[in-house]
Amino acid sequence: MLIFAVKRLAVAILVAITVSLLTFSMIYLSGDPAMALAGESATQQDIENIRRVYGYDKPIVIQYINWLGNALVGDFGHSHYLKTDVASVIFTRLPVTMTLGAAALSFALLLAIPLGVLAAMRPNTLIDRIALTLAVIGQALPSFWFALIMIYWFGIVWGMLPITGSASWLNFVMPSVALGYYVTPAVMRLTRAGMLDVLSSDYIRTARAKGLRPVAVLFKHALRNAVIPVVSLAAVQFGFMLGGSIVIETIFAINGLGQLAWESIQRADLPMMQAIVLVLACFYIVLTFLADLLNAFLDPRIRVG
Amino acid sequence: MENHILNVRNLTVDIPLPSGMLHAVQGLSFHVDRGETLAIVGESGCGKSLTSLAIMGLLPKKAIRTADLLELAGEDILNATESRMSDIRGSLMGMIFQEPMTSLNPAYTIGNQLIETMRRHRPVSVDEARDRAVFLLEKVGITAARSRLTQYPHQLSGGLRQRVMIAMTLMCGPDLIIADEPTTALDVTIQAQILLLLAELQKEFDMGLILITHDLGVVARVADRVAVMYAGQVVEEGSATQVFGRPTHPYTQGLLDCIPIPGKTERGKHLGSIPGIVPSLVGNLSGCRFADRCQHAMTDCSAADVGFRPASEVGHAYRCLLTPEQSAQNAAKLGAA
Repeated sequence: MLIFAVKRLAVAILVAITVSLLTFSMIYLSGDPAMALAGESATQQDIENIRRVYGYDKPIVIQYINWLGNALVGDFGHSHYLKTDVASVIFTRLPVTMTLGAAALSFALLLAIPLGVLAAMRPNTLIDRIALTLAVIGQALPSFWFALIMIYWFGIVWGMLPITGSASWLNFVMPSVALGYYVTPAVMRLTRAGMLDVLSSDYIRTARAKGLRPVAVLFKHALRNAVIPVVSLAAVQFGFMLGGSIVIETIFAINGLGQLAWESIQRADLPMMQAIVLVLACFYIVLTFLADLLNAFLDPRIRVG
Repeated sequence: MENHILNVRNLTVDIPLPSGMLHAVQGLSFHVDRGETLAIVGESGCGKSLTSLAIMGLLPKKAIRTADLLELAGEDILNATESRMSDIRGSLMGMIFQEPMTSLNPAYTIGNQLIETMRRHRPVSVDEARDRAVFLLEKVGITAARSRLTQYPHQLSGGLRQRVMIAMTLMCGPDLIIADEPTTALDVTIQAQILLLLAELQKEFDMGLILITHDLGVVARVADRVAVMYAGQVVEEGSATQVFGRPTHPYTQGLLDCIPIPGKTERGKHLGSIPGIVPSLVGNLSGCRFADRCQHAMTDCSAADVGFRPASEVGHAYRCLLTPEQSAQNAAKLGAA
């Protein structure tokens, strides 16, 4: 188990280094950063000054090492636009997005896993059809459109929920549903397929032959084996949700990392964008790592590899 | 009668298929006594496994089970509720399956799976159940039993896993064990060990054992009584000596003729085989199921269902129109050929 964890950790670190390289090279993707900063009417002298002040005159390797070293201790530099510390902005926005992400993922899993289990227990019945319909709709429905429909009915027509901001937990209901519903179909279908597979397995027959009660057969013996692929999928889907939160936060005017990303792209605020990409990527990497550990806990055969 | 642990009368299993009703088991009657091993023998698809699942109450949902009587230790298990059946399974009767590689849950240690079986049925503590598990693992010939408890199924070989399965069915001291081809998936060298172990445990714990197999060599060694099944029916039943010594049904004779006997079967001589294939069991069936493949078939064979009739010895019965004397002559010819 320990060897497995160390191996996965090493992979996670390698991925993080690769991501940081890609993120760093973002500055040079849109041409000379000093020229872009200086603006159209700048003289050659201004550009040279900016290049020296921001350290763009140093060799690229040194620039990368400096940047990474600072990022590791939480210093992402200064925002070109907001004229403040990037890190302080990020860390006020991060909890909002994490709350949204966690709420959306919880919603998705709490909806998808029970529905998938029910559908697998009664395949080709009404409940299975309903679950399938929900899945097809979820797969076909763009989350921004679903969000707008919800805003119209729950926010405006019935006035049940606030439509903008992040003041209370009520503000998070609609965004979480909109964001979570998008990942529900895949999780649900995988749970259903996994359960169907496991329920027809020999060890489930053994469990029944031992006289175990249906609840124990289902939850102890079947579900644990069926959710193993679901855990991996959920981690990947959480990554998609972090991306999707850019759209959802913009629609619901939630002051999270997603909205900050959107604003920073519009402002060409490179240090801010770099930091956001890096932080989100690291979150994704940590999550994948945790999913691997959880799977190793659930399935002893994984621990060996 | 009072001594019968399991009493089955006229058991029928039908499975509705798009092409018609599949009569998988047709009017099966037998009983198992305490301390007795009944072997059910037959080729694949003759209804052996469905019979065992029917007794356990574990048939697939769409299968239809009927019977005149199905009693375990005097209790009616034909009309028992599913809740009562789950109390009985694992407690009064246990089952060992064909595939030891996949019959244990890969996610839990074998200790966990052994202990949960006992704790489901008996008011014992985890420690007591663990002691029982160690005791039984040693009984089934597993060394370092206590440390095995923390191992996962994938860390054990097929033979060891089957031993664990056997220990698991013994956790609550059942009256009856049904072993459905327990050695088919194992190495030949392990097969004999497992069977002798089962026979030994069955005597020691004074249980009834139903051994389902298509391996006649195995049956001859451990069975007290034998029921030969063909196409969903028992075609011959009797003590092991009777069935193997004086096989009376042409199918049994054919089966035994297929087996080479060391020292007796000559090198280069063709082994016997039964021509033809097993008949389809879908739709209306009548007449002797074996008639199409039987070299002694007469016109009467296909006319009407053939009843079960006693052979010359008590306790030996068969389902054929030939008289015991005619059968004996046929058997003699087979042996001479």
